[in-house]
Amino acid sequence: MKITNEMKLTLLSRSVNESLARTVVAAFAAQLDPTLDELGDLKTAVSEAVTNCIVHAYPNGLGRVLITAKIYDGDIIEIIVRDTGCGIPDVEQARQTLFTTGGAERSGMGFTIMDSFMDSLKVRSTVGKGTTVTMRKRLNARYRSAPR
Amino acid sequence: MKLSYTKSSDALTVKIAGEIDHHTAQSLLASLSALLDTQHPLSIILDFSGVGFMDSSGIAVILNCSRRMKELGGRLEIVSVSSQARRVFSTVGLDKLMRISYGGTYEDNK
Repeated sequence: MKITNEMKLTLLSRSVNESLARTVVAAFAAQLDPTLDELGDLKTAVSEAVTNCIVHAYPNGLGRVLITAKIYDGDIIEIIVRDTGCGIPDVEQARQTLFTTGGAERSGMGFTIMDSFMDSLKVRSTVGKGTTVTMRKRLNARYRSAPR
Repeated sequence: MKLSYTKSSDALTVKIAGEIDHHTAQSLLASLSALLDTQHPLSIILDFSGVGFMDSSGIAVILNCSRRMKELGGRLEIVSVSSQARRVFSTVGLDKLMRISYGGTYEDNK
């Protein structure tokens, strides 16, 4: 697949940046003329991934959250959310619905939502080095369903 | 995040305005808990018409609020939910467990 556009955004792991992260990615995706539902899906998935970095990756302080978004031929958007924090000891367990180490204020639904709202979700993590979440979604349902 | 409320007989209607994510969820939960503590409603209606975005952080808030209402012997209803928040509710299955509606009241949408 050929990349036609790309953006990078680096943020400190402050919760106030969650809104900024999802808004920037949605603005980047807007060039594909997505439906409102597709934009909502992207914003929700980004919010979940960035929140995971903020809540889990840097439990003892602040770190950097790196967001890359790429547009490929065929109206496919890829979003990569990366941290260099503590890592996830057991990724399969972390991806289970309702699993959380975040306490009562967390629902344990973050990965489930990312999985449901995007076409694909890949999680790679190394303890002590960080976690990379890669999500892809094909957009432009509006164009594909229109009569030609 | 802004909250406003009206009380009629035993129902407390709370209108929420803003985006619900991890950054805003704790203050929202604290505000709702304070309202339940002071108003003791038999039912609470959360008006989501002003909620522009919600992620799974909102689910934890709603579950907590629902638990409190059950302890009080009351019930919780969510109305005027946007398409985006609706997708989050349905993905986690909360729409099967609670009275959630796109617009108006749950009864209007049955």
